[in-house]
Amino acid sequence: MITSNPRHLRGSYDVIVVGGGPAGLEAAVAAQEAGADHILVVDREPEAGGILLQCIHCGFGLHRFGEELTGPEYAQRVMKQALAHRIDIVTDAFVLDIDLQRRVKLMTREAGVSLVEARAVVLAMGARERTRAAVRIPGARPAGVFTAGMAQRLVNLYGWLPGRRVAILGSGDIGLIMARRLTLEGVEVAGVFELMPHPNGLNRNIVQCLHDFDIPLHLSTTVVEIHGHNRVEKVTVAPVDDNLRPQLERAWEVECDTLLISIGLIPENELSERLRLRMDPVTRGPVVTSAMECSLNGVFACGNVVHIHDLVDFVSAEAMLAGRSAGLFAIGAPLRPDNVRLLPGENVAYCVPHTISTEREHTVYMRTRRRLEACKLRLVAPDGRIVHEKRLRYVFPAEMVNLKLKPVILQHFHDDALRIDIVGRSAER
Amino acid sequence: MLFDVLIIGGGIVGCAIARELSRYRLEVALCEKEVEVGFGTTKANSGIIHGGHHAAPETLKGRLEWEGNQLWDELAADLGFGFARVGELTVALHEEQLPVLDRLLRHAAVKRIPGVERWEPARIRSEEPALSHDILAAVYAPTTAVVNPYEACYALAENAVQNGVTLLTGLPVRRLHQKGDLWEIVTPGACLESRFVINAAGLYADVIAAMAGVQTFTIHPRKGEEYLLDKRLRGLVKRVIFPCPSPVSKGILIIPTYDGTIMVGPTAEDVHDRADLTTSARGAQTVFDAVRRLAPGIHEKDVIAQFAGLRAAADGEDFIIGPTAKRGFINVAGIQSPGLTAAPAIARSVVELLRDERLKLDLRDDFIAKRPAPIHFAALSTQEQIALALRDPRYRRIVCRCETVTEGEVLDAIARGACTLDGVKFRTRAGMGRCQGGFCTIRCMELLARARRLPMSAVTKRGPGSWLVCARTEEEKADAT
Repeated sequence: MITSNPRHLRGSYDVIVVGGGPAGLEAAVAAQEAGADHILVVDREPEAGGILLQCIHCGFGLHRFGEELTGPEYAQRVMKQALAHRIDIVTDAFVLDIDLQRRVKLMTREAGVSLVEARAVVLAMGARERTRAAVRIPGARPAGVFTAGMAQRLVNLYGWLPGRRVAILGSGDIGLIMARRLTLEGVEVAGVFELMPHPNGLNRNIVQCLHDFDIPLHLSTTVVEIHGHNRVEKVTVAPVDDNLRPQLERAWEVECDTLLISIGLIPENELSERLRLRMDPVTRGPVVTSAMECSLNGVFACGNVVHIHDLVDFVSAEAMLAGRSAGLFAIGAPLRPDNVRLLPGENVAYCVPHTISTEREHTVYMRTRRRLEACKLRLVAPDGRIVHEKRLRYVFPAEMVNLKLKPVILQHFHDDALRIDIVGRSAER
Repeated sequence: MLFDVLIIGGGIVGCAIARELSRYRLEVALCEKEVEVGFGTTKANSGIIHGGHHAAPETLKGRLEWEGNQLWDELAADLGFGFARVGELTVALHEEQLPVLDRLLRHAAVKRIPGVERWEPARIRSEEPALSHDILAAVYAPTTAVVNPYEACYALAENAVQNGVTLLTGLPVRRLHQKGDLWEIVTPGACLESRFVINAAGLYADVIAAMAGVQTFTIHPRKGEEYLLDKRLRGLVKRVIFPCPSPVSKGILIIPTYDGTIMVGPTAEDVHDRADLTTSARGAQTVFDAVRRLAPGIHEKDVIAQFAGLRAAADGEDFIIGPTAKRGFINVAGIQSPGLTAAPAIARSVVELLRDERLKLDLRDDFIAKRPAPIHFAALSTQEQIALALRDPRYRRIVCRCETVTEGEVLDAIARGACTLDGVKFRTRAGMGRCQGGFCTIRCMELLARARRLPMSAVTKRGPGSWLVCARTEEEKADAT
């Protein structure tokens, strides 16, 4: 285990980073490279690295490191980099609160509860999993209903199995990965049930985790009841109609002792809410500028706390940006302002950042609402003029769309708001 | 073992009786079939101490409701559990409901409940702005309170044990025999003897009565589904909001629970299976349709947890409290709403019944009325938190992120008797927040395993059969056992 718990906490830091996953660690390093001196990363686990530590499969790092790594390998690289930069990382610790003056109420094993001042704060708390209650699955409340990520933690970090025969609700990536992982551990996976007519995870995971292991994927199907008094005994599943309403007369029962729930992630924004940051109702994360600054000066955010990413590599990129901005803010360097608001338009659920500058280069991340083929991404001025157009072969909600925006694209654009549309041929079944 | 009084059933009623009896020089046992007390009807209770004006004064319920209500302040102060008199509004949405409000005002007048008054729409809107503008009038009662029912139950049981009561959990009663002046209580583990048996078996009270040979009533389980909403809705209503009651139910309420979380429910549905704790899509629909009429801003999307409980309604709907044809066997049955409210008064009346049955009741001079209250870290001020963490390193680690529960609180809960994940949850709130145990479950399991010297595979959610994890290989399985 690599740790670098500081012996003593300082009374004030240039930058305090909440969360020691890839987002937090990358941000800390970037803050230091931007000129900040005293940087503290706070992580609630005994070891920093975040959820990557339990993601023992590979597929990480192709963009960031140019090679394919496992989750722990990726974590180790960013961790080593942080240690090389002599960043203070306090683990088994917890940020209880942050006030508007950026005073951080911190709990650590060494010092107990203390109040520490920060010139800049980076929010990098990641995400939590949606639970059974989010979709209100009726039925009993036995033991044996786990979120997929919790099952992953049990198996990969603790060496325990969540059960012997498992049904999985939702085809999110963690659920798909766990279908394969549990099969390899000798657990029977009765099937993956997805409410939508299309899978919710990356295509490569459908192929490598389900098809390669003959695990059935039931699209347009959902769990309508959980049975079992003490422990899960079975679940009732039913196909859904076009309005996603279960067709109970066509329901069937699946014998299992475990139900894994893999129905998506929600940005972990308790602290953001306490800070009363302006939030985006779609991402459920804070509204951010192109410098990843939130609606409160000196508070920055990156990674899954802002919006849910597909790949950690993009988290790293976003975190470097946030960390750099936080570092600059801490040393009193002015952050250059944005002059254009980005507005999600047709078939665009959201875009991050929420504002950009016509003077600089940006990567804009967005998610689409529907599957489209042969599509065009359009930047549209308030008067309806198309400022820029880019062809995309296909888009679907499970895969984030990245747009590189260069000043040259916007050189003749002088308004203050830019709408993003993605139009094309519907690929819905 | 020979006891003076053996109570069957460790719900709020059984625990209140045990605590009340622990004031006297008696050998008292409390026998609970589940592995922890409060795991039956009590854990799913709405947590309302009713204002006193709902039940008609001529019923036993009606009398004990108001008597019980007045005993809760002292109980909460002595036993250190959360209790707040937040008040209630019973609202009328239609002209034909207005007479119901008049009836409530009459009940209050007869029982001399202070402060109960009628509110007109302007007052309602200024005091509770989230409520529907369709509300015609309301009855306000300042006497209504909220409490965490399981916390109260644990507090009563702990204090009873402090005062010498023998607590026997995980011990279902199989048979009862009357042998002369004594009752023989047969359980899978042990055969117990007692002069008096108090039947506080809740949903199974008729089964226990039949074992004693006095089956004079039947319990009809009536299910109630409840839905907990995200804490971002904290403060939506300040008081408990009731619709006008129907003959079988007080209706579907909006409850600002003691911890601040808003809860909506319960439904009222007669069921046959006494173990049916399932929630249903229909139940959710019923609840949200009903509460949206009261407060239009409430939405299903904010649900963080759902659960169901069963009310132990008896024939005739009133409480059945009293001696039976079999000497020494006393029923405390059919304790449905307002059972939680009435519980302290029920306990007192059971003592009087025992006195009438010529049980010698001598007050102990070493009775300990106060229980050291458990620490709730999240409820402390920053200065108190700093001082506590400085003093005790167990309060330097967060176990539950949503509810800010520390390792010290979980260890304290285990020391006080929690032996399951649910036991830890009900005592500390770990796992009750919006992530529903995603973060804390493994941490709580580890602490339970370590403190109770169990392998992880032996840690359960709520007792036998509710296992959480299993070993990966046969060898590990062998190691674990």
